[in-house]
Amino acid sequence: MGSRKIRVAGMSAVALLMLAGCAGAGNHTQAATQPLRVVGQFEFHSLDPSTAGGLFTRLQVAETLVDADVQGVLQQGLAESWSASADGLSWTFMLRPDALFHDGTAVTAEVAASALTAARGKAGTPLATVPVKAISADRNAVRVDLAEPFAPLPAVLAHTSTQILAPSSYGPDQEVSKVVGSGPYQVAHIEPPAKIKLAAFENWHGEKPAISEVTYQAAGRAESRALMAESAQSDVTFGMDPTSLQKIKQAGKLNIADVTLPRTILLKVNSGHQVLGDIQVRRAISLALDRESMATALLRDPEMAATQLFPPSLPDWHQASAKPLEQDPAGARKLLADAGWVRGSDGILERDGRKFTVTLRTFPDRPELPVLATAIQAKLKELGIALDVKVGNSSEIPAGHKDGSLELALFSRNYALVPDALVTLAEDFAPEGGDYGAMGWSDPALTSALHVLASGNDAEKAAESRGKVTDILQGQLPVIPVAWYRQSAVVSPRVEGVILDPLERSWRLSDMTWKKQVTL
Amino acid sequence: MTFSTAKPRALARRAVPPAVATTAMVLGRRAAQAAGVVLLGSTACFAIVQSLPGDIAFRIAAGRYGYDQVTAASAESVRAELGLDRPVWLQLVDWLAGLASFDLGNSLVTGASVAGELGIHLASSLQLAAAALVLALIVGTTAGALAAARPGGVLDRLTIVWVSAARALPPFLLGLVLILLFSVHLGVLPAAGHGEANNIVLPAVTLSVGLSGLFARVTRDAVAQIRQSDYVRFAATKGLGSWLVFLRHICRNTGVTLIAYVGVQVLVLVEGVVVVESLFAWPGLGHALVHAIFWRDIPMIQAAALALALIVVAMNTVVDFATAAVDPRPRHKEAVL
Repeated sequence: MGSRKIRVAGMSAVALLMLAGCAGAGNHTQAATQPLRVVGQFEFHSLDPSTAGGLFTRLQVAETLVDADVQGVLQQGLAESWSASADGLSWTFMLRPDALFHDGTAVTAEVAASALTAARGKAGTPLATVPVKAISADRNAVRVDLAEPFAPLPAVLAHTSTQILAPSSYGPDQEVSKVVGSGPYQVAHIEPPAKIKLAAFENWHGEKPAISEVTYQAAGRAESRALMAESAQSDVTFGMDPTSLQKIKQAGKLNIADVTLPRTILLKVNSGHQVLGDIQVRRAISLALDRESMATALLRDPEMAATQLFPPSLPDWHQASAKPLEQDPAGARKLLADAGWVRGSDGILERDGRKFTVTLRTFPDRPELPVLATAIQAKLKELGIALDVKVGNSSEIPAGHKDGSLELALFSRNYALVPDALVTLAEDFAPEGGDYGAMGWSDPALTSALHVLASGNDAEKAAESRGKVTDILQGQLPVIPVAWYRQSAVVSPRVEGVILDPLERSWRLSDMTWKKQVTL
Repeated sequence: MTFSTAKPRALARRAVPPAVATTAMVLGRRAAQAAGVVLLGSTACFAIVQSLPGDIAFRIAAGRYGYDQVTAASAESVRAELGLDRPVWLQLVDWLAGLASFDLGNSLVTGASVAGELGIHLASSLQLAAAALVLALIVGTTAGALAAARPGGVLDRLTIVWVSAARALPPFLLGLVLILLFSVHLGVLPAAGHGEANNIVLPAVTLSVGLSGLFARVTRDAVAQIRQSDYVRFAATKGLGSWLVFLRHICRNTGVTLIAYVGVQVLVLVEGVVVVESLFAWPGLGHALVHAIFWRDIPMIQAAALALALIVVAMNTVVDFATAAVDPRPRHKEAVL
């Protein structure tokens, strides 16, 4: 009886192993016929271009008038050329004549103009902040009339919220009920909130994508995504957390593609605050931060320690010559002492009977933020600053900005929401402040430099103006840079041609190919 | 004349069997309870969400536009669009009025119909819960019944170890272990996801491991106790074979205990799958509810809570009827209902 049981158990184990072997073998031989399996963190709860988080432009289903390459240089999208009138108040975007939507209808100027008008009506989209007077169709061109010159308009029309969808995408109440775009891939099947199947679009004007079928699966947890990559359930996996990435790197079985993003983790400071308004105090906080250790231990990437606000991935704005932000606890103590702060009996700094206690708000959507906040808390405690870290919702930052209750906030800011960082900077460092930028701080020189850049009048002076912006921000610290960002994707060895877009606009699926199999 | 009309009525009254009348009465009572639960539950949800810290318009805007793009301007446009500056009681009355006409409204974040979204998520959750339950029942009751055959024997002690280990292992950890084993090392099952037939296996097994241990213990204790009872000994004495005794007497009586217990566990299962759903990227109700609370999507929270409350009432009703049907003791079923 006993021996029979052992035999049965042994046979089951062998069967299981054979099954595993078959599955493993299948993974290799069927590569060419299988769809490309992409896993990412983005769920989709709405198909509206303003709220779908750019998923459909990443998947190359929908196109915008203007596109950008991986260097951030603007390229033809649905528009093959564009130009501005001499006064900079009227822009014309000539549409690509052969462009077709996935339902076979032509991409006309009327359709594009009405999609842009809808995008402009959505608060919080970059187009809503542009001084647009009217958007109209002019034969085969889209015409945009402005109330004042705005040089980065083409860059704004590369933002995902300005994607052009076919009229058949809209339901009777003008809500987007399906995504009928004009990109190289069309939606074959969609299962909100997490699964999309794509097929190559037969009538795509450009080169046919090498991989004709793609499935996208959203997985909310970074651990789940890592395990999907490790178990060969996904071919390309986006949104990796530092720990899983390190583990996968060490295992050495999968490839890693990475790129530095134009994204910075920073501390927003309320410069109108009675304590933080003092530039010496802001400098002291900056000197207290051990950016290298934070980048090494928490982001697992020492090169990501920020030395200035703009990362090297924003070559126009990053100033190699700028004096780097460094750690100097002694210097920080001296600055605070000069500002009149003395240590109290409990080790907390005091001035005129007021303790140096401030609140820092952050949120967990990016898992490294709460951890970084704790590291900052520890460093400031060494200086005698009591930091109360509140981990809540991202919206508490703009809400606190609005009602003036915000003291410090830690978040990551994407300076290339549109391919030209100027658009985001003009919003963040406007004289009245910005939700994710300055608060209670303005500098006339910075305002005028940004204004000159936005008007686009003086192309020669643009570099000089940008240098001035970087210098002022580095000296005045209305926001305190903490770290830069590297985006990584885990790629199966059977996929080639994965190039990450630092602007996070597109996953460039149409450039990916299956690795050629060597048959013996 | 008066006699002839009265007679059929009396006959008709007598024609309704007492069991049907009782069932109708119980169902009526349960429907009234459900209506009460719906009213209380959704009002409580509304009050709780309103009293949570933070500006609702900002939270909804964060849900809609993502954390990079939620701004004061987008929050204000959300407030104006949804009429969030109207008096709070008016918003509640709107929701209740919608509910009275079976309209769950639209999501504040996605604008989609709440009933549609709820349907998708509820179906996924129920599918997962049902698969886990069937697995747990098969494994748990079989192990329990076998363990009870020899109390204190090897199998009995093994089930105790199994229960302790399964209960001590949090589902999140167990899920990870299963993924590592079956997906990463053996490569036989997908690690996470939804939409393929084999996607359900690992989450269902993760959920069923803990449950099956509990079922095994409950079954084992019930069976062991019933085996000692006078009626089982009498059945054996009168000459029934052990298999017949097991089927007719032990199984049926164990069912009474087990059905009530399973009923409670189903509720815990449907409401407690959040972690497992999130680990396996399973788009269930728990997953939807977490998002909705985070985004302050009030209609979605209310609808999800309402669905869960109705499941509780429905489940309790089913358990009551099933117990009454299985329980051999009462001569009149209305006594237990």
